[in-house]
Amino acid sequence: MAETEIRQFNINFGPQHPAAHGVLRLVLELDGEVIERVDPHIGLLHRGTEKLIENKTYLQGIGYFDRLDYVAPMNQEHAFCMAAEKLLGLGVPYRGQLIRVLYSEIGRILSHLLNVTTQAMDVGALTPPLWGFEEREKLMVFYERASGSRMHAKYFRIGGVHQDLPDQLVEDILNWCDPFLKVCDDIEGLLTNNRIFKQRNVDIGVVSLEDAFDWGFSGVMVRGCGAAWDLRKSQPYECYDEMEFDVPIGKNGDCYDRYLIRMEEMRQSIHIMKQCCERLLGEQGRGPCSAEDKKVVPPKRSEMKRSMEALIHHFKLYTEGIHVPKGEIYSCVEAPKGEFGVYLISDGSNKPYRCKIRAPGFAHLQAMDFLNRGHMLADVSAIIGSLDVVFGEIDR
Amino acid sequence: MNENLEELGNFISAKMAAGFLGSTFVNGELTIMVSRESIPRVCKFLRDDARCRFEVLIDICGVDWPGRENRFDVVYHLLSPRINQRIRVKLETNEMTPVPSIVDVFSSANWMEREAYDMYGVLFSGHPDLRRILTDYGFDGHPLRKDFPLTGYWEVRYDDEKKRVVREPVALMQAYRTFDFESPWEGILPGDEKASGSEESDKPAGKT
Repeated sequence: MAETEIRQFNINFGPQHPAAHGVLRLVLELDGEVIERVDPHIGLLHRGTEKLIENKTYLQGIGYFDRLDYVAPMNQEHAFCMAAEKLLGLGVPYRGQLIRVLYSEIGRILSHLLNVTTQAMDVGALTPPLWGFEEREKLMVFYERASGSRMHAKYFRIGGVHQDLPDQLVEDILNWCDPFLKVCDDIEGLLTNNRIFKQRNVDIGVVSLEDAFDWGFSGVMVRGCGAAWDLRKSQPYECYDEMEFDVPIGKNGDCYDRYLIRMEEMRQSIHIMKQCCERLLGEQGRGPCSAEDKKVVPPKRSEMKRSMEALIHHFKLYTEGIHVPKGEIYSCVEAPKGEFGVYLISDGSNKPYRCKIRAPGFAHLQAMDFLNRGHMLADVSAIIGSLDVVFGEIDR
Repeated sequence: MNENLEELGNFISAKMAAGFLGSTFVNGELTIMVSRESIPRVCKFLRDDARCRFEVLIDICGVDWPGRENRFDVVYHLLSPRINQRIRVKLETNEMTPVPSIVDVFSSANWMEREAYDMYGVLFSGHPDLRRILTDYGFDGHPLRKDFPLTGYWEVRYDDEKKRVVREPVALMQAYRTFDFESPWEGILPGDEKASGSEESDKPAGKT
């Protein structure tokens, strides 16, 4: 047989590809079906969030954080509010902390549900997304009942949360928790021992712990490699240090371990949510839901009807906004995707001087080349799925 | 935990004689200032030293201070999961002077440096692939610089007649409005305007 010249293939994966989880363009260099090099092109969803935040007041800036990782909006707001609160030296009342933790965990479940089920869809299973999205719908209703908006909530404010939760809502959330554990079991029943799902995920995209740290991974990506690193435990914020929950870790650092961790984290989130709800309904959770500082937190509408001072504060806070003292701070939260951080520099005016957003997905996606080398073309979608990328936060 | 961090700052400053320009400890955060050339060495030290073990590079970002001689700050955030501490490393540079790349020390620095280059035009020497990352193909300018307008210079739209995307200079229906909220009465008691009149005149005209 005559020798034929071997030609390498270059293919474009995305930006219009259902398994790219958004607007990701990957330029793949292939040798047959084996991947030689991956060059991710990002920025197709770049909106200049950081520039916009520099030109808006602190209150207006919060809204941009919902639009970063739009599957778990409140977790992002949390990091920004905490950064401003640290510079202001402002504490959040206990009830406000409980509500924040409750909604952060709802965000975590929203994100993990989307990720686990779409990852299953990427490798060929169609039922999990249908089951998962039904629950996401219920969670979005909880978002809506608290903030008036299903996604872009803008509910966390500097000093606390925007409005208090009615007891009925807290009870409804509590009643949702236990049936959801059953849904988790159902989804796991479809996937965990599924032959196809395992064939596509086990031993795919293996990362060692050293590599994970070297590539700046955080969240599930690190826990999958066996490090019990969770900011909620190791650098606790709000009232996470009072909450009882476990941090699941993986052994092999592959896509399958990351899936298992996400499933277990949802159960742990339920555990935290139940504790929050019980405290919110109990005696210790009563009280104001945001700080009392009148120069930061706007007055209630009822107060404005009676008090001239409240009216002036309201006007000043919604036009000029708050002045945050000069300084710089890095504040981070354990977002569903990993460490989401905000590096805030204030020059003492009513607008942030610089607001750098540290998105976990950015660090994860840049390791695509490292993770995919030597894998098959079909594994690309499984690996993207397990990285849990959302382009709102990567492109900013 | 905070005393440990302060102690660590002293330890680092003692170890890093050359290239170390000072450290601050504000809001429970340790910041060290280093010279531009020493950054790969500093990062290597912080990563490998047994008392530091800052193994995770969290972020690299630029900050623009147009009034300064060296207008950019490059800020590195490092995390040590081992000792559960964070540190911030800062250096100064300008549009012309490249900063040595730390891709050899932290693989994750690759995209972060590309982003700082894209957003601010900070150059990194020794970077394997210093392309733009977030902005459009063929974009001109560095959008996060303070002298770059918020609205940008170009807008793109689909032209139905030409059947392709066209690029045009930005034409705003309404001029971009900046509101100046600097309170003229901030810190002045009612009826006391005249007493601080001299300070008022220092402020630029046109404020309401």
